[in-house]
Amino acid sequence: MAEASREREPAPNKEAMFGFIAEFDRPSRLVEAAETTRKEGYVSMDAYSPFPISGLAEALGHSDMRVPWLTLFGGIFGAAIGLGLQIYTNLDYPLNIGGRPLIAFPAFMLITFELLVLFAVLFSIIGMLVLNHLPRLHHPVFDVEDFQLASSEKFFLIIFANDEKFHPEQTLQFLESLQPLRAEAVQHAEEPE
Amino acid sequence: MSEATPSTDRTYSGISGEITGIPVAFPNVRAWWICFGFSLCLLLLFFISAGVLFRYGVGVWGNNIPVNWGLAISNYVWFLGIGHAGTLISALLLLVNAHWRNSLNRFAEAMTLFAVICAGLYPILHLGRPWLFYWMAPYPNSMAIWPQFKSPLTWDFFAVLTYLTVSVLFWYIGIVPDLAAVRDRAKKRRYQVFYGLFALGWRGSAHHWARWRQSYRLVAAIAVPLVVSVHSEISLLFAAGPIPGWASTVFPPYFVLGAAFSGFAVVAMLAVPLRHAFGLKDLVTERHLDLLAKFLLATGFMTAYGYVAEVYDVFYSGEQQEMATMMDRFSGAYAWSYWGAVIANFVPLQLLWFAAIRRNPILLFLISLSVVVGMWFERYMLLVSSLYRDYLVSSWGEYHASFWEWSLYAGMIGVFLVPFLLFVRFLPMISAFEVNEVLSKEKEAARG
Repeated sequence: MAEASREREPAPNKEAMFGFIAEFDRPSRLVEAAETTRKEGYVSMDAYSPFPISGLAEALGHSDMRVPWLTLFGGIFGAAIGLGLQIYTNLDYPLNIGGRPLIAFPAFMLITFELLVLFAVLFSIIGMLVLNHLPRLHHPVFDVEDFQLASSEKFFLIIFANDEKFHPEQTLQFLESLQPLRAEAVQHAEEPE
Repeated sequence: MSEATPSTDRTYSGISGEITGIPVAFPNVRAWWICFGFSLCLLLLFFISAGVLFRYGVGVWGNNIPVNWGLAISNYVWFLGIGHAGTLISALLLLVNAHWRNSLNRFAEAMTLFAVICAGLYPILHLGRPWLFYWMAPYPNSMAIWPQFKSPLTWDFFAVLTYLTVSVLFWYIGIVPDLAAVRDRAKKRRYQVFYGLFALGWRGSAHHWARWRQSYRLVAAIAVPLVVSVHSEISLLFAAGPIPGWASTVFPPYFVLGAAFSGFAVVAMLAVPLRHAFGLKDLVTERHLDLLAKFLLATGFMTAYGYVAEVYDVFYSGEQQEMATMMDRFSGAYAWSYWGAVIANFVPLQLLWFAAIRRNPILLFLISLSVVVGMWFERYMLLVSSLYRDYLVSSWGEYHASFWEWSLYAGMIGVFLVPFLLFVRFLPMISAFEVNEVLSKEKEAARG
């Protein structure tokens, strides 16, 4: 079994290459190419597609459960905040209304649930963006010819230059052996990222 | 293959272009400006009505003891209920893999956002001193007091704020990949910058998609019970009060289902003109109208069950005051709102049993309009007919909405329409990448 892929991209470096990118004509070809590349031993790679493709992340060896865990943690955190807030404020300013219980759990459950939802969603979405290193103003692949079509109809596979197996000639030859529509080198962005 | 998803001979760029091309090369500019100008007039009316309210106080409205809620709160419930259908279409149907939702979810969620904003404004305007609305939030203050956490009014603050936040975020992460597509299609520099910033640098990375999907589906799974909790909580504003006609355990499901009913009606009312104006009939097909109509019919019957359960509940209880209130709803001063609700909600609805009518855009629009009006009657009836006759004859009194309440209501439609029209003008109103995702699966299946 090949090693799980890493999405760690090369640090900005004007002297070196960013990677090799290959374009494929349809989703299933991209998934096959990703599988082959990983079997070949490459680990630092990524794929770009206009919509989520089932099996593509798995083919790249992506396995990251941090977003679900963050969501769960956010939910627990929110529920604790919600319940804690209500208990604390009722103890801080006790109001005796006809001898009814000061800490009334049935009455507290709604705000507890709302804050559970609020924080689960905040942790989930902000966590997803942070783990994806977004927002980001620019990226070297945006300079690739026709990459603007990656958001509507084209499918790309990239092998990053920081891969241990990366070789300026053999890697390109390997990518071409996958029979893409085309394969080319990607340079680092001109502007500071 | 059903016609609810595009045929496999369509191309990805064709579908993406059809949707994301609208904001950068907008058709019907003149028609849009006419609608927008009309909506701006309504928005102006909102500001005038709110200005008068701020200047002279809630005395300019018709509500007083005993009917101290009036149009402001019945409209609040009405608007919030409409909003819920957007979340249900988007989240619930996502989770059950009903792919036809991809043609509807984006603008249905936009409808949710703007309806929730309208709803949220109402209780604030109704406060009497609206500028002190932040007293609802628990923050350490010089008065050394806290909100009353055992009151549904405080639950309300948390429920609506959470719902608004979750709706905005869910809608936004759902639109980011399409904003990237508009960014890539835009030719003008100012559009590239605008969409580029809001697309957050999205580049369709497989690692990003994997995390995006995890987050999107989890938020959807959380949003469905959130809808139920929010509108149940709204019903507790009524049901937790010791008022005849309110203190009933039927209320939470009755309110939630009524909300879905009115919301599906508004989704249908938006779908019909949008598909017509932008030539989207191949994406929002008659099959979609058919499915929406079936949802409308189903939720309509669930709401009708609420009416029956409410009557049964009252007469089975044998409570004299409850029965008097129910009889008064049938034949009292506000009987028009009860029968208006029953007739407008359920009579034209029966036409939807026929497939030809479900697929007829104009008839579906009119039936939906009737439902929206009927649900407005219902919210009004539930509120006013209970409050105006309390247990004590000495505290009876009628309620009539004043001019400024009606003008605020008309203005509030503008508060809904102005951002909705801006959404239609500048953002991709259908989820292009999700339509394409389903298309790709069908293409692969067709390839064998």
